[in-house]
Amino acid sequence: MIEIQAHHKRPHFELDVALQLSHKVTALFGPSGAGKSTLLGIIAGIIKPDNGRIMINGECLFDSKQHINKPIFERRIGLVFQDGRLFPHLTVEHNLDYALRFIPPDRQQFNLNQIASLLEISHLLKQRPHQLSGGEKQRVALGRALLSSPRLLMLDEPLASLDDRLKNQILPFLKLVANEVNIPMIYISHSRDEIMQITSNIVNIENGKIKT
Amino acid sequence: MLDFFRITSSEITILLLSLKVALFCIALILVPATAVAWLLARKTFWGKSLLDSLVHLPLVLPPVVPGFLLLLLFGNQGFIGKFLHESFGFSIAFTWMGAVVASAVMAFPLMVRSARLAITQVDKGLEIAAQSLGAHPLRVFFTITLPLAMPGMITGLILAFSRSMGEFGATITFVGNIENETRTLPLAIYSYTQTPDGDVAALRLAILSMALALGALMISDKLERKAQRQIGHSHD
Repeated sequence: MIEIQAHHKRPHFELDVALQLSHKVTALFGPSGAGKSTLLGIIAGIIKPDNGRIMINGECLFDSKQHINKPIFERRIGLVFQDGRLFPHLTVEHNLDYALRFIPPDRQQFNLNQIASLLEISHLLKQRPHQLSGGEKQRVALGRALLSSPRLLMLDEPLASLDDRLKNQILPFLKLVANEVNIPMIYISHSRDEIMQITSNIVNIENGKIKT
Repeated sequence: MLDFFRITSSEITILLLSLKVALFCIALILVPATAVAWLLARKTFWGKSLLDSLVHLPLVLPPVVPGFLLLLLFGNQGFIGKFLHESFGFSIAFTWMGAVVASAVMAFPLMVRSARLAITQVDKGLEIAAQSLGAHPLRVFFTITLPLAMPGMITGLILAFSRSMGEFGATITFVGNIENETRTLPLAIYSYTQTPDGDVAALRLAILSMALALGALMISDKLERKAQRQIGHSHD
């Protein structure tokens, strides 16, 4: 169960949301500039809202009244960005295992080989990110986030920079993760087609507000 | 003719002293310059532009001014020098350690500039991604930011090293021109030009300086290319 209540005002934009997400997979849908990424930033701890409260499974990540604001690295929220953000100086293998050293073994949900074969990237382990195709990069980014054993996985337009052919190559993997992996997921996109393939739980966001 | 190419023992002394001063200089400034560069590149705080200006001051001042200020501070009658001398019987003015400090002050801005530029160019998004994977910001700095900034850091180190090898004004003001102690390459060249019949000796050291500078630039270029390859930028 994820509870988000946030108010964030900027000169040309105001975000004001209150949400309770109880489904395993939720899509956040809305046009660009609607505030999807701002909301993601607030949940992840990248953006500090003016006030609000964020709870995941009863644990408080942010509460402006109680002055709680857990830093990004303590929130355990896996992020997959549109641009992948793989570490260019590390091999695929070391991108994937980056998080493992920060997690006590008893909390590790997966091992590297499991994830690599699930996402069909085992043959790429020795490569550097600049040698990968766009679709391969996103699979590695997804694997890297999963290997951090997050309590929540957030994907911010993970397919937006891929062409249709590549999108259709990645979508099955996203579906696989959404269905097979036991981690709650928030999927952000401005494409309804894409979202429909992942989940039917859709939250609409427009002009910084939730549309019901 | 062949004798011209034989390096004399006094030249070796000068060369080793210069190398010692320059190596200690970059060892002294590496950590503080990187820390200041990171602050300037990544943080906003009160007094930032003042810090920025202060760091750059030695670049725009006549070198004799920092040298004179160091003398006022670290000389045996100086504010810090007196304390060091009375408490520990220790003095850096007119010693090779003073030459290290003088050249460190002059080289500091060059290291900060290169490191700052290099750190600024590292994508913040990568740092955020690393933090989201559970890495503490300090860990992120050492595993992501620093390796990706390495080519610029190397440039900064070579620039600082060369600046230290070439430092003249601040050094001669603060630590004088003492043979075997503070007479580095440029000071020795200067001394020879002030000596009757010293032209040949000065020319030999000048050639040695050029060879060293050229070597430093070539090594820096090689290291930079290597570092670029390591972070996945190809050079072809």
